[in-house]
Amino acid sequence: MAIEGLERIVGAHALFAGFGDEFLELVSGCASNVRFRAGEYLCREGDPADQIFMVRDGHVAQEIGAPGQGRMTFLTIGPNSVIGLAWLVPPYRWTYDARAQDDVRAISLDATCLRGKCDRDPALGYEVMKRFMPAIVKRLHDTRLQLLDVYGARS
Amino acid sequence: MSTVLAPNPQADPMVPVLARITRRIEEVPDVVTFEMEAPDWNGFAPGQFNMLGVFGVGEIPISISGPASEPDRLVHTIRAVGPVSRALAGLAEGAALGLRGPFGNEWPVETARGRDVVVIAGGLGLAPVRPVLYHLLENRNDFNKVILLYGARRPEEMLFTGELSAWRARFDIEVAVTVDHAAIGWHGHVGVVTSLLRNVGFDPASTSAFVCGPEIMMRFAARALVDAGVAPGEIWMSMERNMHCAIGLCGHCQLGPVFICRDGPIFDWARLKPLMMQEEL
Amino acid sequence: MADAATPVVIEASALDQLISILKSKGFEVLGPVRRDGAIIHDHVESSADLPRGWVDAQSGGRYRLHQEGDAYFGYTVGPSSWKRLLHPPEQPLWRCGTRDGEIRIDAAPVDETRHALLGVRPCELAAIAMQDKVFLDGPYRDPHYAARREGLFIVAVNCSRSAETCFCTSMGTGPKARECYDITLTEFSDGRFLANAGSTEGTEILGALSGRPADAADVDAAEAATDAAARQITRRLETRGLPEILKTSPEHPRWDEVAARCLGCANCTMVCPTCFCTDVEEINDLASGDSARVQRWASCFTADFTYLHGGGAVRESSRSRYRQWMTHKLATWHDQFGTSGCVGCGRCITWCPVGIDITEEAAAIRGSTEGG
Repeated sequence: MAIEGLERIVGAHALFAGFGDEFLELVSGCASNVRFRAGEYLCREGDPADQIFMVRDGHVAQEIGAPGQGRMTFLTIGPNSVIGLAWLVPPYRWTYDARAQDDVRAISLDATCLRGKCDRDPALGYEVMKRFMPAIVKRLHDTRLQLLDVYGARS
Repeated sequence: MSTVLAPNPQADPMVPVLARITRRIEEVPDVVTFEMEAPDWNGFAPGQFNMLGVFGVGEIPISISGPASEPDRLVHTIRAVGPVSRALAGLAEGAALGLRGPFGNEWPVETARGRDVVVIAGGLGLAPVRPVLYHLLENRNDFNKVILLYGARRPEEMLFTGELSAWRARFDIEVAVTVDHAAIGWHGHVGVVTSLLRNVGFDPASTSAFVCGPEIMMRFAARALVDAGVAPGEIWMSMERNMHCAIGLCGHCQLGPVFICRDGPIFDWARLKPLMMQEEL
Repeated sequence: MADAATPVVIEASALDQLISILKSKGFEVLGPVRRDGAIIHDHVESSADLPRGWVDAQSGGRYRLHQEGDAYFGYTVGPSSWKRLLHPPEQPLWRCGTRDGEIRIDAAPVDETRHALLGVRPCELAAIAMQDKVFLDGPYRDPHYAARREGLFIVAVNCSRSAETCFCTSMGTGPKARECYDITLTEFSDGRFLANAGSTEGTEILGALSGRPADAADVDAAEAATDAAARQITRRLETRGLPEILKTSPEHPRWDEVAARCLGCANCTMVCPTCFCTDVEEINDLASGDSARVQRWASCFTADFTYLHGGGAVRESSRSRYRQWMTHKLATWHDQFGTSGCVGCGRCITWCPVGIDITEEAAAIRGSTEGG
């Protein structure tokens, strides 16, 4: 029952919307429900990226701290978004801190588990990759716009 | 297209009237808002601009940022970046300045009647759309959903934060703001303004969008709106070019066949896209 | 207009009559004079001021005067166009100063002098008509242009000779005047003129000159003179479909080639009789503390022409600037004003220091887009 419930929740998240039942079952096998209170950290820069967070409720700020400059938030994400792209690429380390801005409910995917399943089943691996790729590309595009610092020069 | 209001009745459209600053408000560093009085000022339509001049320095186009429903109040918001805007922004209460206008066309509020209206503003681009926001709220029953998406560089550079909070507290306008980056303590969105589109609900088939901000931002906002299903002809944006005369005679603000000052500054994306996408046009 | 069908033949001596009648009616008469090795426009007191016997030889980047024959109007067009008068290089707009503790803004007065222009070429009439559309027919009028234009009396002179740089026949503007004049003259090789009136005032003045009604032979001879000028024209600008071709070729490699030659000197825009762009500049009088605003000719070839507030120039490259100039002139001008912005006078070719030829550039872009 618990697994079935998770499958439904994973399938209902935008990341895996329309994913095939068989694959959904495989992915859900790596999933668990997690909750974070406002202010709690989901992950810390430098730690092993052994989880993927599919945010269901609440907002998460991605931050980087620099001595003398304080902490800087460079991206916030909300429901139906995903935290964690680093699990795909060795050495699988978080490159930022992720902090719950409010109470957050999420599905955590065990990255080692999912990588293992993807390695054993390339068809699954390809489908999973296609789900993560748009998020990666979108983030890249948004980062480019932020880099351009467009608001600075206009009056 | 929208109607063009005649400028102040004066024989020579290049000769300014003498305006005076009655109130000076420091918005954020390098940005000030002036309330001004000017003889024979007959009001304006949201989206129009004036030419403001500092005697002995020069003159630049500045959009009007106050409510059109109060013709006696003339409000401008200015960012100090160039020689003229620096001189303008440095003027004190009581100072005199030259004023010509209003010029240009207006946001097409009539064609937006009965539809959802999504206003997307970036940086100082909130100033030129503020009159249309006032209009939408003052005539709230004429429109379906009203949504404002505002992006700024940092929380400290966001304009009109008091009004944004007040609007946010209303139930008849949805307001979402985002910044490119923020120090700790900011609990709002961080990310590009187009990302806010994903979080708001509107009926793309019946939506008019008013977009104002840096040109790159407007381009990306238009694309995101088109991707969301909004018709290119219903996405309106306010363009900026080097205007000297504001009346279509000096040639500076040409963009292909268009004089931004005279034919605009507000155009729809269907018309603008081929012109905007041609580099150095 | 009514008397356009009844031309008269006048002697050269009637030119002085014409000048003095115009002066007596209060006109300031401007006409061709030879100065600094070129034919320019200035005050003329009598026919003795006219560049009789001087003709020009022009080619890309080259202009020379030499003596040949004894025609009064043997030259074609020089570096100066009537734009210098109607839309001058510097136009004061207003002054501002403190008088008795009050700031006052005083508009620059319009020039109400009535000017009579003697020797306006057909292509120049077309240029005036084009600038009329810019300055008078839009939502806003330029009051200074309007005032000068209103008082104008135009004596056009049809061309009986062409320069190598002329291409008015391609643009439909010459070598024979069709409209927009008060009197038109065609100079015969024997020193006489066929004169037509194009307005009531022109008819009245023409009636006061000593002459006789023209017969069919005179009319034929005048026709033959302008035909000869037309036959001399070697340059051609194919205008069919040109606006679309130019507007759809912004990435044509030819723009890079012409940009490699273009010095960005803006000469073409200064000598062009239709180019109308201006800057508005502030001038300070340190002594009085007054400030003034003047309007000055500007050129789309300069960097600050497209300066964006708090940024840089929109048109950064020479390529984009030449493309803007030519595409505006030959293509988007149609969208803006319903006609081409080129009259085929050839000044931009002659006065380009590197001899860039608008007809050649247009042909090159047409040629490769049409496959030869």
